[in-house]
Amino acid sequence: MAAQDGRVTYPAVASVSDAPLTVRGVTVSYGEKPAVFSVDASFPAKAMSAIIGPNGAGKSTLLKASLGVIPRLSGEVHVFGQPIEQARDRIAYVPQRASVDWDFPTTVVDVVQMGLYRKIGLLRRLSGQMKAWALECLDRVGMADFADRQIGQLSGGQQQRVFLARALAQDADLYLLDEPFAGVDAATERAIIDVLELLKAGGKALVSVHHDLSTVREYFDHVFLINVRRIAEGPVETAFTTENLQATYGGRLAATHLDELSLARGV
Amino acid sequence: MGADFVQFSLTPLLIGVLAAIACALPGNFLILRRQALIGDAISHVVLPGIVVAFIITGTISAIPMLIGAAGAAVVAVILIEAVKRLGRIEPGAAMGVVFTSMFAGGVLILEQTDTSKVHIDVEHALMGNLESLIWFRAEGWHSLLDPAALATLPHELPRIAIVCAIVVVLTLVFWRWLKIATFDEGFAQVLGIPVSALGFGLVVTAAVAAVAAFDAVGSIIVIAMFICPPAAARLMTNSLEHQIWWSVAFATLSAILGYVFAGYGPLWLGATNAVSAAGMIATASGIILGLACLFGPHRMRIGVGKEPLG
Amino acid sequence: MQPFLNALLLQAGYNATLVAVGAALLGFAAGSSGAFLFLRKRALVSDAVAHATLPGVGIAFILMVSLGGEGRSLIGLLLGSAVTAWIGLLLIEWITRRTRLAEDAAIGAVLGVFFGVGIVLLTIIQSMSAGRQAGLEGFLLGSTAGMLFQDAVVIAVGGSLAVLATWLMRRPMTLVAFDSEYAAAMGYDVRRIDLLMMGLVMAVTVIGLKLVGLILIVAMLIIPAVTARFWTERSNRVIWIAGAVGGASGYLGAAFSASAPALPTGPIIVLVAAGIFVLSLLFAPVRGVLAAVIRHRRFQARVHRRQGLLSLAAQHPIREAYTLRLLRRDGLVRADGVPTQTGRAQAAKIARDERRWDVAREVHQDVGLTGRYDGLTPIEDVFTADEIADFDRRLGPPAAVGGA
Repeated sequence: MAAQDGRVTYPAVASVSDAPLTVRGVTVSYGEKPAVFSVDASFPAKAMSAIIGPNGAGKSTLLKASLGVIPRLSGEVHVFGQPIEQARDRIAYVPQRASVDWDFPTTVVDVVQMGLYRKIGLLRRLSGQMKAWALECLDRVGMADFADRQIGQLSGGQQQRVFLARALAQDADLYLLDEPFAGVDAATERAIIDVLELLKAGGKALVSVHHDLSTVREYFDHVFLINVRRIAEGPVETAFTTENLQATYGGRLAATHLDELSLARGV
Repeated sequence: MGADFVQFSLTPLLIGVLAAIACALPGNFLILRRQALIGDAISHVVLPGIVVAFIITGTISAIPMLIGAAGAAVVAVILIEAVKRLGRIEPGAAMGVVFTSMFAGGVLILEQTDTSKVHIDVEHALMGNLESLIWFRAEGWHSLLDPAALATLPHELPRIAIVCAIVVVLTLVFWRWLKIATFDEGFAQVLGIPVSALGFGLVVTAAVAAVAAFDAVGSIIVIAMFICPPAAARLMTNSLEHQIWWSVAFATLSAILGYVFAGYGPLWLGATNAVSAAGMIATASGIILGLACLFGPHRMRIGVGKEPLG
Repeated sequence: MQPFLNALLLQAGYNATLVAVGAALLGFAAGSSGAFLFLRKRALVSDAVAHATLPGVGIAFILMVSLGGEGRSLIGLLLGSAVTAWIGLLLIEWITRRTRLAEDAAIGAVLGVFFGVGIVLLTIIQSMSAGRQAGLEGFLLGSTAGMLFQDAVVIAVGGSLAVLATWLMRRPMTLVAFDSEYAAAMGYDVRRIDLLMMGLVMAVTVIGLKLVGLILIVAMLIIPAVTARFWTERSNRVIWIAGAVGGASGYLGAAFSASAPALPTGPIIVLVAAGIFVLSLLFAPVRGVLAAVIRHRRFQARVHRRQGLLSLAAQHPIREAYTLRLLRRDGLVRADGVPTQTGRAQAAKIARDERRWDVAREVHQDVGLTGRYDGLTPIEDVFTADEIADFDRRLGPPAAVGGA
């Protein structure tokens, strides 16, 4: 890359890969304290990736800043090799359950149909086919019988399933999920993971903010460890190591945690 | 329901109803977005807006006044946002700082200007004057078909009708965006919906509705029109679509009941003079909201105890 | 100028003096009690309280007239306004607790409806024979012109009492405003203290009605508190600074207003307070806009500079225009984007520091130390020279940037 005079040259299309999600130099700061600092990351295709780190380490912040939901101080984000603004049709997003007001006057199927709003624009009518599609998405998360329920009447796990169904309705290639398993019951966790496995099998890429270390090996193929800055990334087998976790969590990773993990690994 | 009705009551009644609907529609979204008090702020800056418009143009004709008031509302919204972000001040306090300062400025300028020749009247702007918007040339229902008589309709009527139509059209066109950005702003952003512009547009629409309504019902009572019908509607249903219809119905009902009580109520009670129609409309909307709070089928937050009210 | 100085030095007549003193006291009480509201994030409740006084004024007038009085007794009118303001307050609480409506909707509804009822009552009063010259409209915007001596006394005495009450209740109210759960755990009845706080706000509102009017009294409650927030991070100081700002605005405003005709007291007081607010917003040392802008720009420049140098070190392209401009300005890259000698040196240094940090984290499994890494703190600020030398030994010799 470096010519003889020390001049640095670059290929015409710079080294942005076609990976489902690539972030470069993303920094987010609330006030003067950086919440995410200068993070580079690349998430692989046809895989489930986890963003892992302690509380306040900037996991959700990284996800939201990548999507432009919160402003970045610096950095750029590419989706399948395109700037994210041009690839919005290929992204589906599952926000944190607690980020919305569940007292909003609307029904379950209404929320799922919101996933189609980009496709149908402002005025086009929702076709019968699209309505059927929304119901099918609800069925895939096991919520078809709740279609006409008011959203405030749902349990936490059911709310999470509705959000997942909405993302399914978006029919995207890259699914970004913000703590999809936080505060949900075991049955819901199972239902969600089944849906995500199916998506992966269908060739989709998934990136999820995750905080339960004990399930990482079981659910994910790829991990990204973050504590304000990037600590490590790679396939679970090579990157999800005690050393990297120690570096991510520092003194906060209790010894019992590590035991659990080595048990989970079958050591 | 004869000629007198057409001459004295038809236009104020129509203006009241249209104003109430124009305010209630954006009010639905303001309430769901916890921005109900933007209506409060907007209505207070209408006065400085018209005062400044008067100073600049030297006339009291309607269009400059409307532009002035709408401009003041936009300035207020921008200032509130600036104070909120720059000073890291919570929204309510930021609003309180901005609209009271602008209102004080308006009153001061008004006192400093020689307004004895013109009729910018503070109380008028605050209280409204629905009763005076009568149709002098009307001689009965047939005047509705008489172009000469129609030309003498008080100009507030076509104005509020146009504004109301614009508000309805905007609500319909941007329905999906408004709904999703109100429910889940982050998701809306990921879909590529310009949520900031949408939020600003909503506030500006509310400001335009407030401005068009204020010369009928006065600037303070506009707040009641923004909030009471949609708030009552929220307690009647759990569907946004139905809530909108309920709010329109409540707005219409408030306007009609308020106008009728103001005009005829005192006569029924043996008094001789009518009372403020604008004030009565606000009162009626308050009574409707009170009834909805007591008996509305969906008055409770879900999960809150269902014990009887005490 | 002379009349203003006269008024400022309390030489502008007996009434004006009383009004100025009363305005200062009221401003102080409003500022400090408003601070409690502000800290409780309920600033605009005061707006509803203020507008809800109007029907009370009307009812009191009608009652007094129908009992054969003249109807203009200020104390009577203020008592009436207190009653409806209190009802408005209770209604807000009731709506928020008992229905799904949020507090902002409850505030707006009470505000608009009570004001509407008040307007209805005013039109009734205008049609009463005794009510023609009632001058109740003065309560909307305040009016000190033609104020009676005893009215001025009411304002001065009321202002003093409000200051006294604020002082007496400062401890429990600070506690609740700062951390209501902790206050509840300490055995305070938070709800009652909240109501007391509201009672104080209501008292200030009522006393201020004649002086600044019901629409602008809100400003006296909110602006000083928000202003004070720029000057301190400590809640008990917010209260006293807000009181001082309110008192100063009241005093200056009243004096200014007395110095010339057509300067209505209420708006002038509010505008003085707004002026102090704007100055604080812009120029307060830590929280002010100017200070924040300077800090933010410095921070952003550091982030971009480091990002740029790391890119140079890794021979990645730099696409962000701001980063390039910054590096060019500091002579780290040439106009065509090629790194200069210094640029390469600094890039090498920063890349090396990154790796030193990596080593540091391995060596010191101690978040207290390595947790201070935010990518911007120079490693020399955290570790001693010999510690760094140790990291370097583990890293091996430095490598040049840019090939060559």
